[in-house]
Amino acid sequence: MDVEINGRHIQVAEGCTTLRQLLEQEGFTGVGQAVAVNNRVVPRTDWEDMPVTEGMKLTVIRAVCGG
Amino acid sequence: MTANNDFTERYSRQTMLPGFGEEGQQKLLASSVLIIGAGGLGAPVATYLTGAGVGHIGIADPDTVSLSNLQRQTLYSEQDVGKPKTECAIKRLEAMSSVPSFTAHPQGITPQNAQEIIRRYDLVIDCTDNFPTRYLIDDSCAKCGKPWVHGAIGEFHGQVSVFNHRQHRRYTDLYPDRDTLCNLPRRTTGVIGAVPGVIGSILASEAIKIITGIGESLEGHLFTIDLLTMQTVILDF
Repeated sequence: MDVEINGRHIQVAEGCTTLRQLLEQEGFTGVGQAVAVNNRVVPRTDWEDMPVTEGMKLTVIRAVCGG
Repeated sequence: MTANNDFTERYSRQTMLPGFGEEGQQKLLASSVLIIGAGGLGAPVATYLTGAGVGHIGIADPDTVSLSNLQRQTLYSEQDVGKPKTECAIKRLEAMSSVPSFTAHPQGITPQNAQEIIRRYDLVIDCTDNFPTRYLIDDSCAKCGKPWVHGAIGEFHGQVSVFNHRQHRRYTDLYPDRDTLCNLPRRTTGVIGAVPGVIGSILASEAIKIITGIGESLEGHLFTIDLLTMQTVILDF
């Protein structure tokens, strides 16, 4: 299965079925990060249950604090 | 009436805008805005809101001007190094326009004073450079029922959103890892001056939109831009 994360195409590993698992596969801890699927932010509480689907477009944004 | 006080001419380039008009100008003149942080983001925000004719502007920042600020913090000059930022900023802004009144909050925003200060303003603009103050703004604006415009920058990128306006969205909803982010060690990172210039200008634009009621604000949306690639993203939340 092929998905996109921050503009990069990724092959999803066998057995990786949820958003949480996909983020772990790609090395995103999620800490201090917001994750959007198809440009809509997914609440942290939904990461465990959201299924990974073919062609889904993920955007991972890190909180920044500079001013 | 002196030339400097001729409101009609002074604000003609914005009052002629469709949907803005004299009514928009009156809303700006009647408004009060608190700018928290008078650094790279605060400089363009304060400059454009002063120019636009916001009636009252508060500036909160406990810092003094340092030499390394001058590359991006355009409110300050070499003669200001070592002096309080609020004092120097207001002096510069008063020279630009006699229309707004200004209040300095040189103690900055603290858990002890945040609500008392924020209650005095219609709108808060987050131009701070640290997570604890940002979460304090989030908490205090929620308690005081005030909308706030959020801006933050990284090395070559920036983010803007609007919180606690009509939909009562919270920063902590977007970034729930409060304790982790607030306990990150402070580190100095590089930045080119144009990055806070871009983000600060967007903050000022969002503030003017909220005050005058024109356009669509970024509430419920997170805008991000990477100045190295010029990629922009708007996420809904």
